[in-house]
Amino acid sequence: MPEIRNMTMNFGPQHPAAHGVLRLVLEMDGEIIERADPHVGLLHRGTEKLAEYKPYNQSIGYMDRLDYVSMMCNEHAYVLAIEKLLGVTPPIRAQYIRVMFDEITRVLNHLMWLGAHGLDIGAMTMFLYCFREREDLMDCYEAVSGTRMHATYYRPGGVYRDLPGTMPQYQTSVWKNAKQVSELNQNRQGSLLDYIESFTSRFPACVDEYETLLTDNRIWKQRTVGIGVVTPERALQLGFTGPMLRGSGIEWDLRKKQPYEVYSQIDFDIPVGVNGDCYDRYLVRIEEMRQSNRIIKQCVDWLRKNPGPVILDNHKLVPPRREEMKDDMESLIHHFKLFTEGYCVPEGEAYAAVEHPKGEFGIYLVSDGANKPYRLKIRAPGFVHLSSMNEMVKGHMLADVVAVIGTQDIVFGEVDR
Amino acid sequence: MSETLEQLQNRLTACFGDKISASIMHCGELTLEVEAANAIDVFSKLRKLEEFHFEQLIDLCGIDYQRFGKADWETEDTTSTGFSRGVSKDIYNENLNKPARFAVVYHLLSLLHNRRLRVRVFLHNNPPRIESVTSIWASANWFEREAFDLFGILFEGHPDLRRILTDYGFIGHPFRKDFPLEGNVEVIYDPEKKRVVYQPVTIRNRVLVPKVIRHDDRFTSNPPPAGASTK
Repeated sequence: MPEIRNMTMNFGPQHPAAHGVLRLVLEMDGEIIERADPHVGLLHRGTEKLAEYKPYNQSIGYMDRLDYVSMMCNEHAYVLAIEKLLGVTPPIRAQYIRVMFDEITRVLNHLMWLGAHGLDIGAMTMFLYCFREREDLMDCYEAVSGTRMHATYYRPGGVYRDLPGTMPQYQTSVWKNAKQVSELNQNRQGSLLDYIESFTSRFPACVDEYETLLTDNRIWKQRTVGIGVVTPERALQLGFTGPMLRGSGIEWDLRKKQPYEVYSQIDFDIPVGVNGDCYDRYLVRIEEMRQSNRIIKQCVDWLRKNPGPVILDNHKLVPPRREEMKDDMESLIHHFKLFTEGYCVPEGEAYAAVEHPKGEFGIYLVSDGANKPYRLKIRAPGFVHLSSMNEMVKGHMLADVVAVIGTQDIVFGEVDR
Repeated sequence: MSETLEQLQNRLTACFGDKISASIMHCGELTLEVEAANAIDVFSKLRKLEEFHFEQLIDLCGIDYQRFGKADWETEDTTSTGFSRGVSKDIYNENLNKPARFAVVYHLLSLLHNRRLRVRVFLHNNPPRIESVTSIWASANWFEREAFDLFGILFEGHPDLRRILTDYGFIGHPFRKDFPLEGNVEVIYDPEKKRVVYQPVTIRNRVLVPKVIRHDDRFTSNPPPAGASTK
């Protein structure tokens, strides 16, 4: 009889279900996983080191590129840490704008997750449906910052500019005639807030649509129920946060427990799972999208009623307006100093965490009083979640590895930093 | 959060006594400084005792304090060379502003008491080494691998201390302050050998914005921590 040996198999780094550049070395006994050893770092860019060599504001753009499907949430943690060290509070309108865009980002992230997770385990249609709604939210990003993804919109002391009164319009082209363009531009006639409001009113129906396709789907349940079960004790021990922790039944959400910005004044619920498997985490994230929609709606209502400044008037921190610079020497000097040297942050250290769509995203900032961070540590939720891969897939089949990667919502921009 | 941070600070001091070498309150956050020899004892108590109950290790990272508080440009007096664009290298003297060059910083979270705590351990030996906390918090596993990879801090008792973020066969610890930003080697495709090879870097790092330290009263609402001294 021939000797039976375990087989070692490489999964990725070039694999459509590896969500980027994950290399998994799997030790298999037949089709059962004995051990999984994730090799990460293929996308390591040294963001933390780069930030040490740049003035504070120049690193905001790097934050977008960490978790590149939830851009503004990353920026949020970074500017919160700087604001904590400086001891400044942004204007209330800026806080509402930040909360609104954090939630738009959460929906963006969960749509991306749902589409990719569905596609990975055999629900092709989900990807197309999710990207349809994602496109609308990308347009909100574009309207407010000029770019669809890497916004660099949040600044220490507020947000870069107020919400625009008009939406960018589609133009006629070789591919779209005037009639199609006017249809596409139909809900873009008003301000950004009108556009977001029209989105929030139709989005719950879209989520219903996703649920029709998946929640009671026999194949979906076979692929997710009972897969990657994590007990609450183990989830805490492994450092899980966000939907991964809530999926295991622990009610923990920084937006409720340690509220930042104006979350304490907003009405929303935290969904929790029961069994801690992939299916429960799916349900948690679906419900989070509905709750985010509620939050966005409340923010839109508030922002309509309360105009005001969106960034501090402190020109030692925030550059003066372009018009002021034309005839005011003081403003010109402020502008020059801010853009050649930046601002110095007092000596000290701060840790700021936000409830990122994937979990707790934290920035630990050490300053020695200079215009650049002395040390910046990014606490990425994906890094911690991926470290539990071995434990989550042990004893499962090879195909379940894909389901577990999907449920962990891994994005390599933040895992590798 | 029923009790204030000061009360927690008092309870921590009462429980650990002289095992804590400093406790600093800054920006509404509490930082403990612990000697490396006592670290494991303190951590296991912080994890297990019901009154602290820090069940999650949120973050663990290394810090290299070699150039802490040292700027590229003098802002108080003129330098002997004047304000030239070139950054003088000898401005970095060997004197440290901190007790040791390397430190490990732990961020703990208690879900039960809704509390955060930061613990810093300075590492005095060379190469820097400390006992691993993987037996207390499983999430420390990759964090310690990362700190080993980027700073060369050795964690004794770690089950699998390998490099994690850098390339296979990488030499050096890139987040140390004496490691150049542009690195030492780069990879290119060698058409003659028909494979990817390493060569010394051909790019140079230009300092576009020098590091300056200005002590002004701009943000007086947030004075520097009492325990931390600059000079």
